[in-house]
Amino acid sequence: MDWSLVLETFYVLTGALLIACGISVLKDDKNSSRYGGATFWIILGILFALGKLIPPVLAGILVLILGILSALKQVNIGDIVVISESFRERSAERLKNKIFLPSVILAISAFIFAQFLPKLMPVEQATLAGQIAIGLSGVTGLIAALIITKTAPKNIVIDGVRIIKQMGPASILPQLLATLGAIFTAAGVGTLIGGILAAIIPEGNIIIGIIMYCLGMAIFTMIMGNGFAAFAVITAGIGIPFVISQGGDPAVVGALGLTAGYCGTLMTPMAANFNIVPANLLETKSQYTVIKAQIPVASTLLVLHMFLMYFLAF
Amino acid sequence: MNYFLLIGILIIVVGFFFKLDSIAVVLVAAIVTALIGGMDFNAILTTLGEQFISARYMSLFFLTLPVIGISERYGLRERAITLISGMKNVTTGRLLTIYLFIREIAAAMSLRLGGHPQFIRPLIEPMAQGAAEKDGPIPSTLVDEIKGEAAAAENYGNFFAQNLFYASGGVLLIVSTLESYEITASSVVRASLPIAIAAFVVSAIQFYFLDRKIKKAHQNEGSEQ
Repeated sequence: MDWSLVLETFYVLTGALLIACGISVLKDDKNSSRYGGATFWIILGILFALGKLIPPVLAGILVLILGILSALKQVNIGDIVVISESFRERSAERLKNKIFLPSVILAISAFIFAQFLPKLMPVEQATLAGQIAIGLSGVTGLIAALIITKTAPKNIVIDGVRIIKQMGPASILPQLLATLGAIFTAAGVGTLIGGILAAIIPEGNIIIGIIMYCLGMAIFTMIMGNGFAAFAVITAGIGIPFVISQGGDPAVVGALGLTAGYCGTLMTPMAANFNIVPANLLETKSQYTVIKAQIPVASTLLVLHMFLMYFLAF
Repeated sequence: MNYFLLIGILIIVVGFFFKLDSIAVVLVAAIVTALIGGMDFNAILTTLGEQFISARYMSLFFLTLPVIGISERYGLRERAITLISGMKNVTTGRLLTIYLFIREIAAAMSLRLGGHPQFIRPLIEPMAQGAAEKDGPIPSTLVDEIKGEAAAAENYGNFFAQNLFYASGGVLLIVSTLESYEITASSVVRASLPIAIAAFVVSAIQFYFLDRKIKKAHQNEGSEQ
């Protein structure tokens, strides 16, 4: 069985939800830029639903159009349906703790599917398990929500679209940043930064070596948005010549090097799926609320990494 | 070395700093970097399209939004607040600390328990906010801080505990990158334990200070009346 088809089905469903969002923007005649907004969501929906079938060049042009619409301030969300407080309170009163069941089932089934799907799948497709699990859990949770709340099926779309609108066009930022990261890598930005860092480190000083390796991992991860991409480059460029070859325990240096990179992940908008998406999802005032909360912990931990590496690896 | 490649990073930093349209800034940075790196326009469009399509998985959680939306329509947050205000000893900070603890233990056992759309938005954040508001309303800036730290709890647990499992992606990466030193996965796991503990302690301190801020906000509220 080709599991990637299962995944594509979920992308088609996601696309349908995005197109529904576009139609809802289009119907809102109080919104002065409703055509631009509707075009944005519908193009995005098409990119999701038909992603595998669209020639890459055309997909690239569509992505560019999304950028132009956004730059010209054409993507206003307009009206968002508000559910009256009295309705929410009455039904909370009526359903009591049962109202938690759909989200609990969503969370637990995502976990169960992620745990057991890989055992059913051929090894070379097992990396898709986590993604398929999210789609399946969405369906399972939805069935639970329909049974428990007995809501009209049209609310599936209405309430899904409501949250997409609350998150706004910035919800595609993670995908664009991943694209930027790939272009940085292809253009050689990574090796350039690794080279610059390696050129300024004096040889033979363990402490400076450790500081530069941990800092290098964090900074490089902040720029590329990905600790894994940083690890290979910075460990080869700094970790091995300036720390391990001076007698550092490789397992300790490597383990702490990677998590030093994660300190960078906590502080960069480039790691959008960890920092920007949750901010959108929780409807914070600023997109940077999560990063702001993480900076004190991340910078403290980064310094602790240097101490731990010095005392545990030597 | 072609130092002009760094212009793309400059565009991102300047654009984010001046709060320009982020989607446009990222696209401009990508195109400029690719042009400096010697790609022609056709190749740029192809890369842009291919990468965007293959990164679709990042937005798959959209499929979970109807569940959350319907639950919220029927009073999920209101119920979470009622439930949490009945528990006297639960504070925002303690709740986040407990979540982080469970998240780290689960990660060490390779259990993929967690996630912002699955746990934080529908369950943890409303409870964290409910715990803060049971003694009365709090300023909206503090609500924002609670949201930020609830999302952060997930990241701390995910990042610093995932290498406690011997077959996790991170451990495999470390072992394969340092192949020539013949290190074992279990030695990497052992080396990852101190920072997992340190991350828990430092985060718990942050959550403790969040509790103090909430307490202070309530005291100020009280003294104004």
